[in-house]
Amino acid sequence: MTQKFLPDLVSALREAGLRDGMTLSFHHHLRNGDFVANMVLEAAAKIGVKGLTIAMSSLFPIHKAMIPHIESGLIAALDTDYMSGPLAQAVSRGILEKPVVFRSHGGRPRAIGEGSLKIDIAIVAAPCVDRYGNINGTQGPSACGSLGYILPDVDHAQKVLAVTDFVSEAALTRVSIPHNRVDHVVVVDRIGDPAGIVSGSISLTRDPLALAIARNAQAVIRASGLLRNGFNYQTGAGGASLAASLFLREDMRRLGLKGGFLLGGITKYMVEMLEEGLFENIFDVQCFDLSSVHSMRDNPRHQEISADTYANPKQKSCCVDFLDAVLLGASEVDTGFNVNVLTDSNGMIIGGSGGHNDAAAGAKLTIIVAPLIRARLPIVVERCTTITTPGRTVDALVTERGVAVNPRRADLIDRLKEAKIPVCSIEELRETALRITGVPKAPARTGKVVGVVEYRDGTIVDKVYGV
Amino acid sequence: MKAFRTMLFMPGNNPGMLASADSLGADSVILDIEDAVAKSEKDAARILVRHSLTDLRPQGVMCVVRINGLETPFWRDDVAAAVAGRADVVLLPKCERPDDLREISACIDAASGGGDGIRLMALVESSRGIENVSAIAASGGRLAGMLLGAEDLTAEMGARRTPEGAEIAYARGRMLMACKACGIAAVDTPFPFVTDMEGLAKDAACAAQFGFSGKALISPHHVHAVKEAFMPTEAQIAWAARVMDTAKAAERDGKGAVSLDGMMIDLPIIKRAERILQMAE
Amino acid sequence: MTVGQIASAQAGTLESNDIFIRMTAAPDGKGGSIAVESIVMQQFGDDILQTIKDCLAAAGLDGVDIHANDRGALKCTIVARMEAVAARYKEARR
Repeated sequence: MTQKFLPDLVSALREAGLRDGMTLSFHHHLRNGDFVANMVLEAAAKIGVKGLTIAMSSLFPIHKAMIPHIESGLIAALDTDYMSGPLAQAVSRGILEKPVVFRSHGGRPRAIGEGSLKIDIAIVAAPCVDRYGNINGTQGPSACGSLGYILPDVDHAQKVLAVTDFVSEAALTRVSIPHNRVDHVVVVDRIGDPAGIVSGSISLTRDPLALAIARNAQAVIRASGLLRNGFNYQTGAGGASLAASLFLREDMRRLGLKGGFLLGGITKYMVEMLEEGLFENIFDVQCFDLSSVHSMRDNPRHQEISADTYANPKQKSCCVDFLDAVLLGASEVDTGFNVNVLTDSNGMIIGGSGGHNDAAAGAKLTIIVAPLIRARLPIVVERCTTITTPGRTVDALVTERGVAVNPRRADLIDRLKEAKIPVCSIEELRETALRITGVPKAPARTGKVVGVVEYRDGTIVDKVYGV
Repeated sequence: MKAFRTMLFMPGNNPGMLASADSLGADSVILDIEDAVAKSEKDAARILVRHSLTDLRPQGVMCVVRINGLETPFWRDDVAAAVAGRADVVLLPKCERPDDLREISACIDAASGGGDGIRLMALVESSRGIENVSAIAASGGRLAGMLLGAEDLTAEMGARRTPEGAEIAYARGRMLMACKACGIAAVDTPFPFVTDMEGLAKDAACAAQFGFSGKALISPHHVHAVKEAFMPTEAQIAWAARVMDTAKAAERDGKGAVSLDGMMIDLPIIKRAERILQMAE
Repeated sequence: MTVGQIASAQAGTLESNDIFIRMTAAPDGKGGSIAVESIVMQQFGDDILQTIKDCLAAAGLDGVDIHANDRGALKCTIVARMEAVAARYKEARR
């Protein structure tokens, strides 16, 4: 047995064999409160290695601390499912020589399992560790709930290093990662800022347009015929997507239905539906607020799942395949129903697929909810600046000014007409928007490719150009 | 008539709100140049409202402009903007006498470009206005309806405003009857407790039960609940459809008096059935 | 409002979907300049500039400096704000 607990990150990284050109993986459950990635890279800088690849499931504004490490040559490449903030902007401006590899939350574990993304050292931001090295995410001062996104890394990495700020005297009874998968543990003062990890409560939007869109989206779900006992559901974290769960809840109460599972990123509103008995289970890859952390800790019907179980398309099955409906946001939708959630209309990186294209591929009904016009820009474009989710996996676009259904779904069009929901073509939606906004000029972009977009199955679906 | 069901106020100087006027589900929008606009911004709001109506006309909703009152130096310019924008309706606040409406109407007539189709609504929000509702309602001409403004009224009365609304029962009844007697729309006061959705549902149900044509709203979050309150129940719709079928059959067969479920189908019953079916569309 | 001897007026706000416009007499009394900032500069910068020019011509104004900060205003809003600022400017100049 190796010595499990080591005194500091430098010695732990040395012990794990850190060398030039290695791939270090991280996860984003501490979201914008994450101290671990920055801390580990600080230690790597002290050791003086170069040319690392950082494979982190998502990158947030707090990770702007990586910018100097890119400039110094410590970091040579990034591999992620989503990035926002100053680091994303720096990437858009061409700070990296190598294009960033953008994956989905299901594509990442697929790549890890297949070996196309080889991880040398997986770093677990561990809210709670016991003295044997067992880990969970639901205890301790930096509790974040699910650790789902790092579980595939732990299974396949050469070395696993846990960083924690809370060591439980008692052996853990709820274990996410057992001690036999953990090489080393380093105890630090704080692994994160609780205010940035989970919001005390995510309040639902009061934006009347977002609510109008959410109400329209729920009407489409109701008309689709999928809303029945055993209904499985996921929603994105955007304003209109989250708000739609309010209307879903009203419908389920009124119709006396009991759903199957709620999936994905979990909030208080989903926990309340579970507790009210409107759904049987929650399968949780990420908690967005404290209510969901506590629910996962206390309610056996609220289960943590790995990114593999959630969305890996090369497993024997994954949860997204069982979805009836999913509501997702968009930065742009083109007339082929392709969706962009990666760049804004100036081409600047503002996000990434996350679970977007996984859920879209799996669900029987994929609804994109978005305002038709955002600050004088039509949401419907001729061709997306960047494609993250292919149009063949998208069934409907719901806006405040109308619903467009993918012509591939003639059955859905019939059902909506039957329910007297007006349906238009996506070209008509674009015309409506253009009449109001005028015709925008396509933004200029540099020839430099700063990112490649890998679809969940591993095919490259688009490139991201610098701005 | 459906245009009066939900009438949503929106501030006349807020371009974002004006652009969403036809996306919030309301049957009418009231572009407000009065209370929602500071004195120093009246000119800019008036211009913005005019351009919104001409260049970006909200689709499928009735467009109402609330002008400033006759006691202000603003109302003539407001009327001119409403006429230039071809507003459907001009809403006069603090209306107290039939002469108030005549003055506005004359101003519309005089406006260049003519205000042929423009109608008027009277916002009655004072004790004197309530005492004069019969005369106001009977003033004819462009008058299409009346709207009760309970906030100013109860403040003047020294009454306490409550979600239950007992303090405005008399004003509601009096205005409603005056409107019905003259065949114009009677629109209920907005529900001022913005986040009390339960109170809103009860208040709107009460307005529908009384026979109001609709209700004004100060929050877009109120649109759906008020629409629901004014929506006939499925049983009512089914009943109305049977009444119409029976009446049509009687007419076809040349029968005079017919009955349904032991109830005589006469003209008032047919009118009620027609109204229910109209509201259910 | 007049600042010293220079006539100046403003209209609009910095709220989203609005545009804030300031109009000032050009220092030398002729020429005049137009400066536009916009969150949709790439897509609509030229369009906004042209709209402002058209509005100035319609108002019969020249020899003014324009500073516009656009928060995604639709064309009809830009036209309305220009009309308001032009009227206020003429008032201030009198």
